[in-house]
This record gives sequence, C-alpha cells and structure tokens, in this order.
Amino acid sequence: MEQAYAIEMLHITKRFPGIVANDDITLQLKKGEIHALLGENGAGKSTLMSVLFGLYQAEEGVIKKDGKEVNIKDPNDANRLGIGMVHQHFKLVECFSVLDNIILGDEPTDKAGFLKKDEARKKIIELSDKYGLSVDPDAIIEDITVGMQQRTEILKMLYRENEILIFDEPTAVLTPQEIEELIQIMKNLAKEGKSILFISHKLNEIMEAADRCTVLRKGKYIGTVNIKDTNKEELSRMMVGRDVDFVVHKEEAKPGDVILNVEGMTVASKVHHNNAVKNVSFKVHAGEIVCIAGIDGNGQTELVYGITGLEPLKEGKITLGGRDITHASIRDRNTHGMSHIPEDRHKHGLVLDYSLEYNMILQRYFEPQFVSGAGFLKRKNIREYSDKLIEQYDVRSGQGSITTARSMSGGNQQKAIVAREIDKDPELLVAVQPTRGLDVGAIEYIHKQLVAVRDAGHAVLLVSLELDEVMSVSDRILVMYEGEIVGELDPKKTTVEELGLYMAGAKKGAGGNE
Amino acid sequence: MNKEKRSLLKNDGVQSFIASIICILLGLLLGYVVLLFINPAGAGEAITSLVKNFFNYPNTTIALKYFGSTLVKTAPLLMCSLSILFAYKVGLFNIGAAGQYAFGAGIAIYAALAWQLPWWVCLLLAMAAGAVLGTISGILKSYCNVNEVISGIMLNWITLYAMNDLLTNVKESASPYTMHIESVSPQSIMPTLGLDTLFSNNQYVTISIPISIIIAIIVYIVMEKTKFGYELKATGFNKNAAKYCGMAEKRNTILTLLIGGGLAGLGAGLFYLTGFEQWSCGQSAVPAMGFNGIAAAFLGGLNPIGSIFSSYFIQHITVGGAYLDKSMYCTQISDLISSIIIYLCGFVLFMKFVMNNIAAKREEKAKAAAKAAEQEGGNE
Ligand SMILES: Nc1ncnc2c1ncn2[C@@H]1O[C@H](COP(=O)(O)OP(=O)(O)OP(=O)(O)O)[C@@H](O)[C@H]1O
Ligand SMILES: [Mg+2]
Repeated sequence: MEQAYAIEMLHITKRFPGIVANDDITLQLKKGEIHALLGENGAGKSTLMSVLFGLYQAEEGVIKKDGKEVNIKDPNDANRLGIGMVHQHFKLVECFSVLDNIILGDEPTDKAGFLKKDEARKKIIELSDKYGLSVDPDAIIEDITVGMQQRTEILKMLYRENEILIFDEPTAVLTPQEIEELIQIMKNLAKEGKSILFISHKLNEIMEAADRCTVLRKGKYIGTVNIKDTNKEELSRMMVGRDVDFVVHKEEAKPGDVILNVEGMTVASKVHHNNAVKNVSFKVHAGEIVCIAGIDGNGQTELVYGITGLEPLKEGKITLGGRDITHASIRDRNTHGMSHIPEDRHKHGLVLDYSLEYNMILQRYFEPQFVSGAGFLKRKNIREYSDKLIEQYDVRSGQGSITTARSMSGGNQQKAIVAREIDKDPELLVAVQPTRGLDVGAIEYIHKQLVAVRDAGHAVLLVSLELDEVMSVSDRILVMYEGEIVGELDPKKTTVEELGLYMAGAKKGAGGNE
Repeated sequence: MNKEKRSLLKNDGVQSFIASIICILLGLLLGYVVLLFINPAGAGEAITSLVKNFFNYPNTTIALKYFGSTLVKTAPLLMCSLSILFAYKVGLFNIGAAGQYAFGAGIAIYAALAWQLPWWVCLLLAMAAGAVLGTISGILKSYCNVNEVISGIMLNWITLYAMNDLLTNVKESASPYTMHIESVSPQSIMPTLGLDTLFSNNQYVTISIPISIIIAIIVYIVMEKTKFGYELKATGFNKNAAKYCGMAEKRNTILTLLIGGGLAGLGAGLFYLTGFEQWSCGQSAVPAMGFNGIAAAFLGGLNPIGSIFSSYFIQHITVGGAYLDKSMYCTQISDLISSIIIYLCGFVLFMKFVMNNIAAKREEKAKAAAKAAEQEGGNE
C-alpha cells in the first residue's frame, strides 16, 4: 500500500423502487486528495455520497475509514467520524439566521446551558475571513441569495472541523470568481490534510481542482482516472458514452419586433433598505436571446421576480407583446405568452410531494385538455402528456410519471421544469440558470432548445452566472451591477475578461471594444 | 414473498391502518391502567363494558336502538373531522371547527325554534353560519396575516357566548336547555325515511347519517380527482410553487376555511336537527365535537373515508363510557377514559414514524442474515 486511504467504499449497492441507484460501486479516497465524482444526471452520485454520510443504508458493500470497517447509520455517526457534507439542495432552516444555522446541532453552551453565541460568532468570522467566505452572520436564510446559503453550508462544515468533506455540486450556484476562490479553498484544505470528495458537472473545474476522478454511469462504476493523464473529452466520453459537442451551434440572430419592454423598473429589496433593482430599462426582441449577466446578488433575482410577477414593481412599466402587464397577475402572464424557469427549483419550480406527472402540468392543469368542464382531472391525458415530455426531454427517474418529484435526482428535476416551461411554446421564455446542475449532455440539449425557441421567433431572456453559457448562448449581453444595468455587450466582440470587469463594477457604459 | 411482505408494510394506506389500530390498543391499555389505579376491582369489567358499548344489552332490539344512537352522534363528528382534514391538506389547522360547529348549532336551533323553518332550510343556514365563521378566519389570515389557529380559538369563545345569549330566547323557562324541536316545530326535524325502523324505531336515526357519509365521499373525490383539489393540495405542499404557477393563494386560503367552516356548521345542523340533544344555554365550554374532530381526522389517517370509521370508533368509546359501573367510578371517569383513548388516537403519525423505523431495522437484519447465509452457501 503506497498511500493510506482515508475512506474506502467497497462494492456499494443501493436500490430504490424501480431503479438500482448504485450498482456495485467502489470508491477510494486518499488522504489529502481532492477526488472528483463525475456522472450524468441520475447516475447515482448524490446517492453514493448520502450512503457515506449516513442518510441511506447501502444494501450491500462496506465502508472503511482509515482501513477499519465502520458502520454509519445516520449523519451523527458520520459527524463523529469527521465526515461533513454540503448537500446539492441545502439543508438550512429557512427562518434561522446564518449564525444559528451554522451552530445548529453543535451549539456552544456554558455550564448553565445558555448559548455562547459571541464565541461562535467570533469563530465564524475568523473562518469566513480565513477562507474568504463572506456571509452576514445575522441575515435570515430565506432572505439571502443561494450563493450565500452555499457559503453558510461550507462554513458549517469548517466550523465542525470535519476532515472528510463532501461537496455535492457546490459550484452549481457560484459565480466564476467564487468558483475560483472555492477551488483555492479546497486546495488549501487538502494541503492541510483534509480529504475532499467533489461532485461537479463542470469538467473545467474537475480538471483544475481534482487529483483523481471516479466516473459513474447509470448507477455503475466506469473507472477512476488520474487527472494528470486525462482530458475533458475523455472524461465526457467515459461519462456519457459518446462524444459531446461543447460548442453551441447557432445562426446569426434575426431580431424582430419588441416582445418584452421594461421601462424604469424599480423593485424593492427584502434584504436591505436599498432597492434591489434601480430604474432598469431594456428590450428583448423576437428571435434573440438576451442574457443578463452579473455576479449573484446584484438584483437579477428581483429583476426576474418583477418581470414574472412574483414581486410587485415599485415603479416602472412592463409590456409583453405590446400589452401592458405591469399589474397583471402571475396566471395572466403565464397564460399570455410567458414561461419562467425559476432560479430555485425546490422553492418555486416543483411541488416535491406531487408525482412527476402532476408537476408536468403545474402551469396548465386548468386547460381543457387536462380538466373536464365539471372540474375533474383527466388522468389519461395527464399521463400521456407527461410520458411524452419525459421521453422527449429524457427525464430519468425510478418509476416514470408516477415518481414522486422529491425522489428524483437534482438534474432530472431541473430537466422536468425545463421541459414543462419550453413545451408551453412561450412568446417570452425567462430562463434563470436553466442548466444549473445538468450534465454536459443535458446542457448541450437544453442549449439547443433555447436556440430553437429563438429560431421559432420567440424571445428568450436568459439569466446566468456562468460566463461560458453567457458567451456561447446569448446574442446580446446586459450586465447587472448593484441593481443597475451597467453595460450592453456583444458576445462576439467582447472577451470574458472584459465581461468580468463589467460584472465587478470596474467598467461602465455601453460596451464595445474601443 | 419476502419482498411482497415488505412492500405491503411500506404501503401508506396499510401503514395508516396498522398505526391506527396500535394507537387504539395503546389507548385502551392506558385507560385500563388508569382504571386500575382508581379502583382495581372493577377495572377489567369497566374497560370491557366501555368497549362493548351497546352490546352491553343482551336484548338485540335494545342494542340496535343504542347502536343507532351512536351513529347519530357519529355524523356530526365525521363532519368535524372532514372540516379539519380538508383544511389540513391545504396546510391550515382549522382549530376553529369547534366554534364553527357551535355557530352552526346555534343558528340551526334558533331557526327551528324561533322561525320554525323546514329542516332543510335550517340545515343550509347552519352550514352558511359555519362558513361565515371560517371565512372570517380566512380573510384574517390572507389579508392581515393573522394565524388561523389564533383567530380560530378567539372565535370559538366569542361564538360560544353569543350562542348562549341567542338561544336564551328559545330556552325552556324552567331549565337551561333549549326547547324540544320536535314539539315546537316538527317540520324542522330531519326526515327518517324509514331508517328509524332499522334501529328498533330509534326516532333520532335520520338521513343525517347517510348525508354525512355521502359528504365524506364527496370530499374524497374533490381532493383526489378534481382540479380544485389539485390546486388546494399544491398550495398545502408548497405555497411558493403555488404562487409561482399563478394559483390564487389568498383566495384558496379563504375558500378552504369557508368550506371547512361549512362542513363543521353542517355537522352541527345534522346533529341538533335530529332532536337528540338540546343546547344548554349555561355551558361554559365549546362543544368538544370540533376538537374531537382533530383526533378523528388523524386516527382516520387524514383520509375522508378513514374518517368515517375513526369517527364511529371515537363515538363508540365516548358513548360506551356511560356504561362504566357508577358505584365504582364517578361519572367523570368515563369521560376521562374516553379522552385518554381519543388523545392517543392523535398519535397516528408518530406511530407511523416508529413503524417505519422498525421496518427499516428489521430489513437490515434480514439482509445481514441473508448475506451470512449466502456466504455459508458459498463455503459449501
Ligand atoms: N429517495 C429516493 N427514492 C427513490 N429514488 C431515488 C431516491 N433518491 C434517488 N433516487 C433515484 O436514484 C437515482 C440516482 O439519483 P442521484 O440523486 O444519486 O443522482 P445524481 O447522480 O446525484 O444526479 P444529479 O447529477 O442529477 O444530481 C435517480 O434515478 C433517482 O431518481
Ligand atoms: Mg445529485
């Protein structure tokens, strides 16, 4: 044995109704290494990590820590063994503060049982300074951005001084700068001797951060490779089983009439006293993809809430296809040409306790094809429609239409939402991070769909934190910074560096390449 | 085969059923223990007579008659449990069902005695009364952000005293009870349609019983098969998603409590318009029917059809309490024992949780055993 393994998961098998999520999988994590786990949506990555973290019990196989067999029955056991996990969908108490969430389950108390929050606060601030994880310890979780929630989760692990750290798709919600920082943090942690398991769909990140990579496909173990000896193409081939095209192919945009016209929009913020969106005006035409780029938390969320009707406007006017919708209800917008792929799929996008088919009709259950005049649901039609979307968008799950949405893998939940929203054939598609958490094959597919929506003469408003996506998919880029649009760029003429400068607020004004 | 057994245990309906049965048995056991403490000599007999209820009568004719009475009391309880579970599925806790029930009772009795209206008008008025009260809670919740539990409890008390006041106008001069509806206004009593003859001419057995069962079935259908139920349950599961897809959240909240209130109010009408019981204008507590509805709803696995059986069971126990030996136990003991059993009935969800844990553990053990056997097999 040349190097000690911190964790070994040997021949793990875990079944769910209708599916073998992990089929005889072996994963060995060396001490002090960053080990990536790669696989398509639904390949079984989260399940494998949940087995390690004690959330599920494997039917077969053993787990060894430092060479000794261990029995991890629940997350407390995992914690005792020094295993920490940042989940794909965060497990935070929405109405608690950041600080309370971090100390939850490991509260520092004095002898009389009173909380010693000051001490905790000091430790948290130290950690967040040391690792550059900026959070406001007193902010309430439901008010802060997904990015900040993520940082809270990471701090939670660091606070507990775990030595085996599981990151389930940590970068899906971060900005490129933050990803850069996170990778640096992970490398530092690895240098300090911590061992890291890192799930990501972004091959660039894996190439940059990881030492080794294990690939799964449809629940099976495909192989483990040294990152030094491989490349993106090989990894994606191992994972998908075919060559993946990383370039988005599209013709020149042919913008037509104005579809969405936003004038002087101002939206109040829930977090701070300042307005989140300040006097923003822009247009989206038929046949173009306009992208709102920016660092998370610069008002993109509220901008979308304003357009889709989830938050009222403080000031301003919105028209859709020439019709004033400033005060229109959400239902009115949804049924008159607007589709919305929401930022937070669990909060808005899905009713997790409903079956997949019920989620597929969430935006159109009231249409005559799904409900009779007397108000009865037409089950047969619902099933057929759902089966059609599942097939068309390759939504994978244990039991098809009747699967509970909660039990589906994150990427497949996302695919279901995308399918539902695009299938409405909208005049305007508002897509917020539509490919978040999707594997390269699925991203390729969704990007093609967005271009197809555009080419069918519809307007697409894309909100993305991912620079690659912004650059390759959009026809026009609007950069948001502190609630304002600070620049309009042409993706063919600008560079990632220039875009970055705008996003950081270092540059303002109509873009170009003077 | 093993696999089949497991999937059966994991089936939600089966689980609810078993959990309910376990809760009932635990309740009986605890009731028995309490009786033992009070007076060990009669405990065994007391608990059997409580469970036996009308079977205590050897004569089938009389037993049938008392079976009928238990059914008469089941109808309103069923309605209250439907009221609770309907709101519960939409994520609301309608503790105001008790007040809605009281309001329905007051209006039904007053309409019958003061205005001598036909029974079906009285019934509709009772339903409307409950609905109005529910709507008030709904509006307070939607527009003023007042929790429905708080407004419900306050309305319970307001209604109780308002009804005491109102019904004083139609009470007997010599007692605190309201006048007998059948003597003042026979047309306000619900028709029996011959049902009374099935229960040894128990005049109180009326169409209230089939009506309540039909409504339970309707509630089930509305919840599971209609667009309306789809919307309401979606709102209950995830408010934000409901808002995102344009469901009228506020309207649905109000509508839910309106319907919940209507169900409870109707339940009161279905009871008092049989003439079985009179309202005591001096009562200082809201009728327990609304609260027992909570237990019935949970014991029935939050399923309208399950509620039919759980409501019957709870009334069976409550009525059965009257058969405790009065020389050994004071009258309140019977209420105490029934309450203990009803209280434990509320633990169904907890029971289900425990059962799941046990099932998981057993599965693990079986797996380990199977593995060991396999290895042995391999060695041979
Ligand atoms: N609790 C559960 N009950 C039933 N099926 C489940 C459950 N959890 C996961 N599954 C199924 O197991 C499979 C693997 O899911 P898992 O979440 O591990 O995928 P993943 O590799 O993490 O995918 P993604 O990249 O989309 O997050 C999926 O088909 C999913 O539907
Ligand atoms: Mg996952």
